[in-house]
Amino acid sequence: MELRQQNNQRRLLDFGHPQIVLIVSAFILYPFFVSDYLIDIAFFFGIYALLGLSLNIVLGEVGLFDLGHAGFYAIGAYTTAILNTRYGVPILVLLPVSAIAAGLFAYLVCSPIIHLQGDYLLIVTLGMGEIVRLALINNPFDLTGGPNGVFGIDFPSLGTWFVIDSSIKYYFLIWIVVALSIVGLTRLQQSRIGRAWNYIREDEIAAKASGVDVRSFKLLAFILGAGLAGVAGNIYASKLMCVSPESFTFWESCLMFCIVLIGGMGSIPGVIIGAAFISLFPEIFRPFAMYRMLVFGSAMILMMMFRPGGVWPRKRGAVSFTSLLSTNGREHG
Amino acid sequence: MHIFLEQLINGLTIGSFYALIALGYSMVYGILKLINFAHGDFFTLGSYLGYTVLVFGVAASTTHFGLWGGLMVAMTIAAVSLAIVGIVVERLAYRPVYPAGRLPAVVSALGASIFLQNAIMVIWGPRYQAYPSSLIPNVHLQIGDIHLSVLQLLILVLSFFLMGMLFFIVQKTTFGAAIRATALDRKTASLMGININKVIFFVFTLGPALGAMTGIMVGMYYRQISFTMGWNYGLKAFTASVLGGIGNIPGAMVGGLLLGVLEMLGAAYISTAWKDVFVFLILILVLIFRPTGILGEKVAEKV
Repeated sequence: MELRQQNNQRRLLDFGHPQIVLIVSAFILYPFFVSDYLIDIAFFFGIYALLGLSLNIVLGEVGLFDLGHAGFYAIGAYTTAILNTRYGVPILVLLPVSAIAAGLFAYLVCSPIIHLQGDYLLIVTLGMGEIVRLALINNPFDLTGGPNGVFGIDFPSLGTWFVIDSSIKYYFLIWIVVALSIVGLTRLQQSRIGRAWNYIREDEIAAKASGVDVRSFKLLAFILGAGLAGVAGNIYASKLMCVSPESFTFWESCLMFCIVLIGGMGSIPGVIIGAAFISLFPEIFRPFAMYRMLVFGSAMILMMMFRPGGVWPRKRGAVSFTSLLSTNGREHG
Repeated sequence: MHIFLEQLINGLTIGSFYALIALGYSMVYGILKLINFAHGDFFTLGSYLGYTVLVFGVAASTTHFGLWGGLMVAMTIAAVSLAIVGIVVERLAYRPVYPAGRLPAVVSALGASIFLQNAIMVIWGPRYQAYPSSLIPNVHLQIGDIHLSVLQLLILVLSFFLMGMLFFIVQKTTFGAAIRATALDRKTASLMGININKVIFFVFTLGPALGAMTGIMVGMYYRQISFTMGWNYGLKAFTASVLGGIGNIPGAMVGGLLLGVLEMLGAAYISTAWKDVFVFLILILVLIFRPTGILGEKVAEKV
């Protein structure tokens, strides 16, 4: 019993590893030493990290090709934008609302297409993402503001004494959300659900044969992934104070796809590194001006040549007998 | 009725653009199971090369070979250059990644696409470029009630000729049988003595070359080209190839033509703003009911 508790505590935050404490403190101290511009770059790094984590659930854990993830991100951002500017709902209240809206949308659109395999699923999600973007441009029911989008979104606040209105506060908002997601997703990876997802990724037919409800688990991955993307959309919308369809193009979906693959499928530290690559690389190479995207493209190719499994691939953990016992004990006991 | 027929012809015109680009996607997919995201940029690059030849070489080439000759020169230069680019991209960006599986190749393809797109921007500049306007005499033919421009006729004839050629090569020749065999099962095909590298060489030269010629036709038809247009056409063409059944060569042609016609009819009868939504909805509906596309064969799942 004592052993089990220890085990659980270690898994929750891993204070046993000094490098994690070091990284976390670096993230906490960073904004106090740099300019607002550099804080904003780190903020967008955080947004991409969150988006990468959200796609990682679908693509990394379950192996479903989703090239329309920007659609869910857009649903979250527009839910926040419309409800806030029209009805004055506070941003922080809209955080879960956006997540639920994106998750619900994912449930509705993915239910009929979840049986599609591989590249056919890819093209359908791609089409779904494009439909969302085109619909936003076409301004249905005069809600979305057409190509210009929606302006004047509030700062997140609790009453008047706590308002997130500066770069540094946004920085902490996004990275706290990312940190919570990392903790939650790490726990999820080790849970029954995470194992079912990985089973489906490795061998769908065997999973089905051993009684895993493939359809429901796939849908659950889409709903959770979309919900997390909706959270990212909420924070993004309030940071920029406006949303427009340009921010949710097919290109964004491709970037998210690359984040997961560059990092390593299903690997949470990998996704963070992938997000760093995608968001920081173009900034670092800004002095190259118009040539920087040439370097970026070549770097992507080189990366896949030398680290085809990603920068930080997921280790296939050998599940120890005791940990199996303890999880079983928790679920059935 | 005559609106319907005219929209049908317009639809077939842009449908043949989609079909020709879709062939490039579908051939590569059939052989390598790789979604070649750089293909849309091959098309753009071809369009820009054709533009350069037509604008700067137009005097030289048309005085020597006449108008049609000049056009042929532009087409040939663009097609040959893109065949070379296609092979270079395959060697540098794809071949080293194949052994790692399919998904790394997707990232590599996206990287190649970013590289090509930005290379075009660096060389030709970020602004729109305009194709010379007086290239093809702006003459309209009147058949019954239907207007048909000479340019449209040229595009239709040329693209159907190219599609016919490809169809013939793939379906009727021995080499075509080798391509189809490789698409079905690469390992077995190589055991039967088919030179897989030759097949890969073929799809990576012919696909981009077809794309390049389409690029020139698009330039002449719309008169305006931009370095980002490869994304849009690539997306539509990829959609078309999935609609027809990806990896299936007649499927890509059918899918492309159907997509073009649907888009134009959607624009005429539903709404211009919602036409792309309409196209993607049709795609999703087709895939829900026929998960492997219109002409795709159902592949039994291996257990």
